[in-house]
Amino acid sequence: MTRQIYMDYNATAPMRPRAIEAVAAGLAQVGNPSSVHRFGRLARRAVEEAREKVARAVGAVPSEILFVSGGSEANNLALKGSRHARILASAIEHDSVLAAAPGERIPVDREGVVDLAALDRMLNADRRPALLSVMLANNETGAIQPIADIVRVARAQGALVHCDAVQALGRIALDLHALGVDFASLYAHKLGGPMGVGALYVRDGLALSAQIAGGGQERGQRAGTPNLPGIVGFGVVAQQASDDLHDMIRIRGLRDRLEAGIKRLQPSIRIFAENVERLPNTSCFATAGLDAETQVIALDLAGIAVSAGAACSSGRVQSSHVLRAMGADPALAGSAIRVSLGWQSEERDIDEFLTAWGALLARHATGGQVETAA
Amino acid sequence: MSLELKTNIPDMNGQGASARGSNAPKLPIYLDYQATTPCDPRVVEAMLPYFTEKFGNPHSRNHPYGWEAEEAVEKARAQVASIIGADEREVIFTSGATESNNLAIKGVMRFHKDKRNHMITTVTEHKCVLDSARHMEMEGVDVTYLPVQQNGLIDLERLKAAITPKTALVSIMAVNNEIGVIQPLAEIGKICREHHVYFHTDAAQAVGKIPLDVNAMNIDLLSISGHKIYGPKGIGALYVRRKPRVRLEALIHGGGQERGFRSGTLPTPLCVGLGEAAAIAQREMGAEAERLRFLRNRLLDGITKALPEVYVNGDLEQRIPGNLNISFAYVEGEGLMMGIKNLSVSSGSACTSASLEPSYVLRALGVEEELAHTSIRFGLGRFTTEQEIDYAVEQVVSAVKRLRELSPLWEMAQEGIDIKSIEWSGH
Repeated sequence: MTRQIYMDYNATAPMRPRAIEAVAAGLAQVGNPSSVHRFGRLARRAVEEAREKVARAVGAVPSEILFVSGGSEANNLALKGSRHARILASAIEHDSVLAAAPGERIPVDREGVVDLAALDRMLNADRRPALLSVMLANNETGAIQPIADIVRVARAQGALVHCDAVQALGRIALDLHALGVDFASLYAHKLGGPMGVGALYVRDGLALSAQIAGGGQERGQRAGTPNLPGIVGFGVVAQQASDDLHDMIRIRGLRDRLEAGIKRLQPSIRIFAENVERLPNTSCFATAGLDAETQVIALDLAGIAVSAGAACSSGRVQSSHVLRAMGADPALAGSAIRVSLGWQSEERDIDEFLTAWGALLARHATGGQVETAA
Repeated sequence: MSLELKTNIPDMNGQGASARGSNAPKLPIYLDYQATTPCDPRVVEAMLPYFTEKFGNPHSRNHPYGWEAEEAVEKARAQVASIIGADEREVIFTSGATESNNLAIKGVMRFHKDKRNHMITTVTEHKCVLDSARHMEMEGVDVTYLPVQQNGLIDLERLKAAITPKTALVSIMAVNNEIGVIQPLAEIGKICREHHVYFHTDAAQAVGKIPLDVNAMNIDLLSISGHKIYGPKGIGALYVRRKPRVRLEALIHGGGQERGFRSGTLPTPLCVGLGEAAAIAQREMGAEAERLRFLRNRLLDGITKALPEVYVNGDLEQRIPGNLNISFAYVEGEGLMMGIKNLSVSSGSACTSASLEPSYVLRALGVEEELAHTSIRFGLGRFTTEQEIDYAVEQVVSAVKRLRELSPLWEMAQEGIDIKSIEWSGH
C-alpha cells in the first residue's frame, strides 16, 4: 500500500497525541459539571481549567470564553444572539456565517482581502448600528484579513465586529484583546484537537441571547451539559498550539517549497492570494484546463489527500463562492485545488506531491487520459 | 497508540468491592446516573480509532479519510435509529439532548406558527424544554402547560381537552429526570395522531431504559442524549419523522449538513460513541432492567423497613428501574446531604440543584415545600453494585435517625402532636 499523505488540514487535522490523552482521560472521568457533589465539582474544575488555557492562548480572560459544539454553532450564536438588525458579512465567509447572516456582503479584492474603502462606504450609507462579520483567515485561500483596520473603521461608525478565527487559531499568533474584536469563533479540531467542541469569545461587557436555552450553563448563553472530554482536549491543544507556534515557520517553508515546485512545473499557474498575507499552511492554486476533480482523483490514487474546495459544503458540487468573490474566471475556479499542511506534514510529503502532480500535468499536457479509480 | 482507560467509578476498572474481597465499597459512591453516566469502556474502545488514525472529516468528499469517517457516522446513525425503531434517514445528530429539545420545539413552532401558533407541554419537563417553550411565548406562540397528577403522570383527558385547531405541537417527556416516571407515550401518540398534531418527546432519560418504538407510539420527534446512556458528552440526536413529514426550521445554519436541519462538521468519534452506546443499551436493556429493579427495591426496602415517615415521590410502578426519589420527613435537607456525603446523589435535577429553590417537579406533584427540600434522588446504573446499595441504605438510615433525634419536631410528632395545628408565636 502506498504511504498515505494527508494535506487537508483546513478540513480537519489529525489529533495531537497530548489531546488524545486528555480526551481519553476526560472520557474516563464521571460527573456532570452542574452537580454539587464531588464528581460534579471535579468535572467543573476540569472545564474551568480548560477555559483558562483557551483564554490564555487567544489573549482573552476566561470569563470571555463560552464553550459550544463547534465553529458553525459559534458563528450562529454570535450573529443571531447579538440581535443586530443589520449584519454585514464579507463575501468570502464560511457558509455558516453567510447562512446565519443573509443580507449585505462586503466585497473583497482580487487577492481575496476585504475592501476597506467599500466597507467604509457601506457603513456611511446606512447609520443603523451594525455588526460586521469578517474572518481572520480564509479557509480556501488562507488570505489574512486586516481585522485591526476593520475594527478601527467599525469603531468610528459605532459598529461591532465578529471574527471567525477558526482557521487562524494555532496557525498565526492570536491576541483577541489586541485585535479589539467583540466576538470571535474558535474550533478545536482544525489544530489537532477533538471534533465537536469550539468556543465563542464574547468581549467582557457584552452578552448574547442564548440560541440553545435550558439549564443556564455558560453564563446563561449556551445551555446543555458541557462536553467535558472535548473541552479538556481543546484546552490542551490550544495551549500546545500556541506554545508550538514556531513550528509554523517550518510549515511555511514546506508550503513555499511546494509553490516553488508547482511554478517550476507550470509557470502559468495561478496561486490565489499569493501576494497578500496568508496562513503559512495553505496554498490554493489553479491551472487553466486542468479541472479540480481530475487532480483530486489522480492525487488520491497516489495516496495524497487534498481538497477541491471547502469540505463543509456537504458534497454539493458548486464552484467556490470565495474564488468567485475574488473575480476568478469560473473555469479557472473549477480548476482550483487546496493543499493545507499541519503538524504532521514533512518534507517528503511535498516531494511526493510534486512527483504525483508533475506526472499528472505531463499526462494532461500530452492529452493522455488520467487513469480513474478501479 | 495505546491508552490506559481508568475511570473514577471503581467497579468499571474490575476492582470493585467484590473483586477486592471486601464489603467496603470505594467512596464516594456514584448514585447520580440521571445527571450523567460514566462512558462505558466498550464505547470508548469503539471511539478511539477515530481519535487516532481515522481522523477524517466526514464531509470531505475528495479522499478516503473523509469516506471512512462518513461510513462510521452512517453506521452510528443506523445504530441510533435501531434502538427507537426508526429509519436511519430520520436521525439527526446534534450536540446533545438540550440542543435536540431546542431544535424540536423552536424548529417546529417557528416553521408552523403563522398558521398554528399553539403548543402543549407539561409543568414537569426538563428545564430546556420549558425554556424553549418560554422563548416561543416571546415569539408569539401560545403555550399550554399541563399539570400532572400526584403520581407525576399526565391526565390524558386534560391533554385531549387542551388540543385546539391551532395546536401544532405536543411536547411531553418520556421519563422524568427527577422522579423517573414514564408517561403513557403510546396513548399520547394516538391522541396526537388523531388530532393531526406533532408529538415530540424528550427521551433523554428513557432511551436504553424502556423499549421505545416511534412507529408503534406515533412519535414524530424524539430527543436523545449520549451521556445519559453511557455514551460521550457533547453528542445527541433528534429523531425527525419522514412520513408524514415533519417540517422544522434549523437552529444552526450553514453547510446544510443533516438534511439541512443542523449544520456543522459532524464529530465522527462522538457519533461513533453514541451509536455504540445505543447498540449496547439495546442488547442489554432487558437484563439490566431486571438487575436494577432488584437493586432499587433493595434500596427502598432497606430504607422503609428501618425508617417511618418516608415518602416515595412519583409513581412507583410506571417508573424506570434505575430511579428512586424519596422525601424524609422531620429532617433538614442540607443536614441530610451532609450526613450522607459519601453518597453522590442529587437533591434535585442536576441542572437546578445549585439553587436552593425546592424542585419545581416535586412541587407540581403537590409535595409540600419542607418535604421537597428533604428529597433525595438516587440514580442507579450499569456500574452500581449490591454492596454499594447496602452501604447506601446504612448511611441514609443512620443519618436520618441521627437528625431526627436532634429534631424537636420529630419529638412532638412522636408524642402525637399535629405540628400543622400549632400556631407559632411571631418573633
